[in-house]
Amino acid sequence: MTTNDRPGDGGRPEPAPTEKVRPPRPKRARSSAVARSVAAAASIAAPEPVAPPAPAPHVLIIGGGGTGGALAHDLALRGLRVTLVERGEVTSGSTGKHHGLLHSGARYATTDRAAAIDCITENKILRRICPGSFEENDGLFVALTDEDVEFEKQFVEACWLCAVPTKRLGREAALRMEPGLNPNLRFAYQVPDATMDAMRVPLRFMATARRNGADIRPFTEVVAVTMTGRTVSGVRVRDHAAGRDYEIGADIVVNAAGPWAARVASLAGVNVPVVASPGVLVAVRGRHVNMVVNRLHAPGDGDIVLPQRLRTVVGTSSWIADDPDELAVRAADVELIVRESAALVPAVARAEVTATWSAARPLVQAPVPAARKRVATRREAATAPAAPAPAGAGRGLARDLRCFDHATDATPTEGFVTIAGGKATTLRAMAEAAADVVCSKLGLALPCRTTDVVLLPHSAWYSA
Amino acid sequence: MSPRDARPEEPAAAVGSVEVVQSVEPETAAPAAPARPGTHFHISRRKQGDPKPHFQNFEIEVEPGATVLDALLQIRRRHDPSLVVRHSCMHAACGTCGVRINGREALACDTKLATLPTHKPIKVEPLANQRPVADLATDMVDFYARLDAAAMPLLRASETAGGATPPENIKAFARFENCIECGLCLSACPIARTNHDYIGPAALAAAARVVEEPRRHDLGPVLALAAEPDSAWRCRDAIECTAVCPSSVDPARALLTLRRHVAANGARRFLARR
Repeated sequence: MTTNDRPGDGGRPEPAPTEKVRPPRPKRARSSAVARSVAAAASIAAPEPVAPPAPAPHVLIIGGGGTGGALAHDLALRGLRVTLVERGEVTSGSTGKHHGLLHSGARYATTDRAAAIDCITENKILRRICPGSFEENDGLFVALTDEDVEFEKQFVEACWLCAVPTKRLGREAALRMEPGLNPNLRFAYQVPDATMDAMRVPLRFMATARRNGADIRPFTEVVAVTMTGRTVSGVRVRDHAAGRDYEIGADIVVNAAGPWAARVASLAGVNVPVVASPGVLVAVRGRHVNMVVNRLHAPGDGDIVLPQRLRTVVGTSSWIADDPDELAVRAADVELIVRESAALVPAVARAEVTATWSAARPLVQAPVPAARKRVATRREAATAPAAPAPAGAGRGLARDLRCFDHATDATPTEGFVTIAGGKATTLRAMAEAAADVVCSKLGLALPCRTTDVVLLPHSAWYSA
Repeated sequence: MSPRDARPEEPAAAVGSVEVVQSVEPETAAPAAPARPGTHFHISRRKQGDPKPHFQNFEIEVEPGATVLDALLQIRRRHDPSLVVRHSCMHAACGTCGVRINGREALACDTKLATLPTHKPIKVEPLANQRPVADLATDMVDFYARLDAAAMPLLRASETAGGATPPENIKAFARFENCIECGLCLSACPIARTNHDYIGPAALAAAARVVEEPRRHDLGPVLALAAEPDSAWRCRDAIECTAVCPSSVDPARALLTLRRHVAANGARRFLARR
């Protein structure tokens, strides 16, 4: 049985007959249902990795978020030996804390065309390889004011240029589709946004990676990068669960630490122009919308409202933080977000706030390379050398994924690569860009296969 | 609504389990929303290889509105980076940060410190009836083995709510499923404490969900599972599962529904044999 035969973890596709999930057993067998289930989970077939060159090079990934998890999956499929270390539980950094929005790209179409194209491309791929992980509820961009109405032409043209499909809905049609909207809206555009589970989509990448041989170690913090001259040879880690330190050797170390990327790189004496740009998010009780509701204007604060199970999540704001570990939940931001989102969905203002938190985006503080401005291929743009970092703040920064081979730095460091930037929606593309750089550094011509391999369900992560 | 203060948190002193050191009073206290002074924590510690857990005391200053998870992460950041605690979403959606707080199962991110008694230290322990990883973290393998046994893939396929029909050209409104797979119910269950083969509340609730909303699935295997000795009939109606569930799943009620279906199915099969 291949993974294609198995229903996903939220599977709408044709479910397999139950006998496949839990094979019948002879009467009065002694094994418990639990023991049988463990055995059944272990028998889920994972896609076969390609034959590795012998001995396969060893890649060590720092960071167990979406990017690190997707990279472990990509490299394991290419047949490399992979170890991933994460200082806490997997997805405990920025990955688990975002809205849970699978972007269509419409939000970025007017400000960052390359990011928008990445989003719509990855949106389609993820729906294919993570069946059942998305609520296929679509999104609405809602015009409320005269300024929003003026923004319409720019928005539609930008979406068209980025191949993000849009459909115009009049006021009545939009309210029929999403009754929770502000009844004074002018019109809305329907786009292929979707909601997802911020933790469980990355877990599917990690579960599949591990089934293919990747070694993923949570609660394992990198305390030093071991080097021979200017060549990285591995890392020294602290295993917080066992309370001991040890070293791991590697042919290449990839820094996928998200907003902590600059701190990790500094362990190797490398500068990476990545800053932590936190935003506040607010969860309120009740499911006040069924679709992803955006404001039809240039990306701003508090302009996304979406359902997560029986709660509604609204956000977000944006600033630059010095330390990704010390993120304040700014009271003024909470008020602003609730006020702005209540303009879109009035019920939010009356709902009980159940949680407020901050999540740090990893933003690359480097100008977009010229190639990127022409909307080059993803790989060409992502691996273009970085220019010196200018000062910048929050939303003005390019949100794109970038991969730095530190062998091309002014002071070259061999065996060390940083992947940074991007969004939750583009985790697979970030992994592809980084894996391409890793393979090219190792002199291997191994193709990326992650666009077509259907991932194991998230529960496979927890199988023994 | 209780947004936390934007002011950077003041430094605080950690104390070991032996000596209690008074934390230094910060000079610049915020006039509007003063931090709750000196909150005491009594935290279960256990590294891999330790024969049994021990408790360690911490005294920290917390922000108004802070949750138990905020406090645990603050302890990890500033006082003891070796504290192992699971967490991800911070808003009771992912189900990773389940612990026992003052002996009661709860999500750390969903428990505000202001709701806890102040006269004694806040005791935090890992979930019970699961394999320990270290400190406050447990391995969810056994929990998911039980959920899979209750035909999790079938459950997932039946997630779409009947009451919310998506408009034309939208594929699905889904994820009305309440269970966030946190394992609190399994930890609180007195039967699971003594019987490790008991399938447990979450799995039975999942099975009940499949039986109540069968869509087009064959219910035979799910009902057979529920009829097994360590399944639906093993529960002794302690209702602890429903009491601790952070997501209104109500496994106890689901179990009663499931028993009704199992009994009816058993009777049907008995009559068919005659």
